[in-house]
Amino acid sequence: MKPKHQRLLLALLAVAGLIAATLIAISALSDEASYFYTPTTLEKEEVKPGQAIRLGGQVKVGSINIADDGVTTNFIVQDSGAEQDVIFKGVTPNLFVEGSGVVADGRLDDNGLFVADNLLAKHDENYVPRELQDVDLNNRDTLEKSVVQ
Amino acid sequence: MIAELGLIALWLAFALAFLQFTASLFSLKDNRLDLIKLIKAVAIMQGILCMTSFLILILLFLKTDLSVLLVAKNSHLDKPWIFKFAGTWGNHEGSMLLWVSVMAMSGSAIAFFEKRLDERSYIATLMVQAFVSIGFYAFLIFSSNPFERLSPAPIEGAGLNPLLQDIGLAFHPPTLYLGYVGLSIAFSFAIGGLISGQINSALARAMRPWVLLSWIFLTLGIAAGSYWAYYELGWGGWWFWDPVENASLMPWIAATALLHSIAVMATRDALRSWTIILALVGFAMSMAGTFLVRSGILTSVHAFAVDPERGAFILGLMVINISGALILYALRMNQVKQGKIFQITSREGSIVANNIILVSILAIVFMGTLFPLFAEGLADEKISVGPPYFNKATLPFVFLLMILLWAGPLLRWRKDNLGRIGKKTLVSAVIAVAILVITIILSPQTPIFSTIALALAAALAVASFMPLIGRNLLRTPMPVYAMVVAHFGIAVSAFGMAAESGYSTQLLRSVEIGETSEIAGWDVKLSNVSPSIGENWVAMQAQLSVSKTKERNPKAVILNPEQRLFFKPQQETSEAALMTRWNGQLYAVLGKQNDDGRWQIRLWWKPFVTFIWYGGVIIALGGLLALLGRIKRRKTKSSKAITGGRYA
Repeated sequence: MKPKHQRLLLALLAVAGLIAATLIAISALSDEASYFYTPTTLEKEEVKPGQAIRLGGQVKVGSINIADDGVTTNFIVQDSGAEQDVIFKGVTPNLFVEGSGVVADGRLDDNGLFVADNLLAKHDENYVPRELQDVDLNNRDTLEKSVVQ
Repeated sequence: MIAELGLIALWLAFALAFLQFTASLFSLKDNRLDLIKLIKAVAIMQGILCMTSFLILILLFLKTDLSVLLVAKNSHLDKPWIFKFAGTWGNHEGSMLLWVSVMAMSGSAIAFFEKRLDERSYIATLMVQAFVSIGFYAFLIFSSNPFERLSPAPIEGAGLNPLLQDIGLAFHPPTLYLGYVGLSIAFSFAIGGLISGQINSALARAMRPWVLLSWIFLTLGIAAGSYWAYYELGWGGWWFWDPVENASLMPWIAATALLHSIAVMATRDALRSWTIILALVGFAMSMAGTFLVRSGILTSVHAFAVDPERGAFILGLMVINISGALILYALRMNQVKQGKIFQITSREGSIVANNIILVSILAIVFMGTLFPLFAEGLADEKISVGPPYFNKATLPFVFLLMILLWAGPLLRWRKDNLGRIGKKTLVSAVIAVAILVITIILSPQTPIFSTIALALAAALAVASFMPLIGRNLLRTPMPVYAMVVAHFGIAVSAFGMAAESGYSTQLLRSVEIGETSEIAGWDVKLSNVSPSIGENWVAMQAQLSVSKTKERNPKAVILNPEQRLFFKPQQETSEAALMTRWNGQLYAVLGKQNDDGRWQIRLWWKPFVTFIWYGGVIIALGGLLALLGRIKRRKTKSSKAITGGRYA
């Protein structure tokens, strides 16, 4: 084999590897990337049960309810226009309280209940989950009103 | 006053970097090689001054000088001294100064120790090093000045994020930075070689110790970071595919590929252009990692810096350095002669395969990490990409790589045939298939990825020692041992990952004081929950007494998971408690108290989870052996070189 050909062959192999990786990445992204919803957008758009999504909003005041087993938490996430029932089994984050912002990883079950695998609450003054930064800002007034009502 | 001295030292280092760059440029352009002594002295001074500046910052933190803005924002008098010390780099400015200091000191080390390169390549390397440094100095001085004063000085500081108040902080970031910086040095060598036109095995040999060193530190840094997240976050996981974790993983993958190809270039003088491009990719990944972490563009458990201006600055530096390097590469590469050729079935061929697989994995991680940013920036769509994506897309490549590891190290350089190594490879294949079949029959409910990983890891553990068969162990060169050890480390780590992901058991319940729970053959009794107090926190501390279920007179081990409340800044954290046995760890977390008085507890039994980090340490040990082997060999060579040539 001539030297020139070998370099070309190696370059082609590398390109083929990268193309394969890109195709796999794109296919996996379309299956596994989870989109962010607020209760309002979740209501509007059809989301298949079982598909991984993230849900963000505010924990409705008075909605946190701990089941008899002591570890299952039911609560409602709300934004300015809609509400969504959520169930979570686990130790809730320390800053998870009524009225706090929350992002939940999980999926809808067949009955429209959101089953959360993981909760991210507002961490401290300096940290707000990325998805919530806009939501809070856009809806602060309406959110506070709805809480008061 | 001390703070001003630090700033002056930094400015002087900045100025010297300019001098180093212009002097080198002038010397290369006009062929004034007599300037080499000046350039060398300037490079050494630049390192010393920058280090001085960093030491002064450490001093300010130890003294808790609150008239310095950075100290006031990030430290507090009541903090234990070790966290004051480590807190120096637990913030944006301090960590960037650490980065630049290490880079400048590495420049000094090249200037002082490097004797193998021809003069033009030596000067070109120091020129690139100065160029990269100038960007970072400007970044520090103009947008992240660590010595900025605060007037009037506050009475007390704001304190350090409690998650970072951990001994892990003292070692994790500096280790990673040493790794990042090592790649910047490899980059300087590569570009220096492109400028001087000397892309050959001498360049590869000069570059290799830095790549090795960088890779060792990255390996240790990632392993330490993973263990830190594991016990500090209290979520029971050891790798979250968090963007910041990926930011350290990507340079590691690139460095791993580079490490292999540079071995080919140094010993066989092949894969020249490939090695150069990998050195570029490696540094690009370090810069991308710095950008992701330091710009605050991501929100994740690690993100504690939010400032868009800085992000733009780092992005600008990255674009200048990398695009400049790529243009130079495109202009110069056709002048670089093709190295020695080889057949596909050869050691070189298998290393090419290793490189292509690693680069593919890198591409997948890169796309998954950046996709959410692009989606948000371009389509205003908020997307998160988590473990399901990364596991699904990378694991097939990882498995392929492990299978390649059975055969690759057995192949001879230049050309070989598979028939010669057939028997040894067959052994690995038989082991893997046997374990796969047995595990599927015995525990069909185990996730298939874990089962495959377990089988491949076991086969690799055996296969990694195959290269030693038929060798005289006393006369086997150190690099062979280094390879065997590092590959064995991969098997150990993969075994730990497979065992943890496939066979962990967990228990989540709410218990009364005195109640016992059972998990994986252990009885865990909640004896008490009581308040406890530390230097800057108070906590509710549980007493869990753990004993073997079936023993008559069990000896109990006491575990104390806590819910801590830190004062400055005020924040609650959960401190997990761990019980380590040779075959696994019991991981206990205390949750909240319910209204009825019961406490939530969460327990995991994680079989062989510690192997993940043991494996990491063994891998790094392999790197260390390789490094020592080079140094030893260079010594024996240099004694021969008196009679022989320079590169005998």
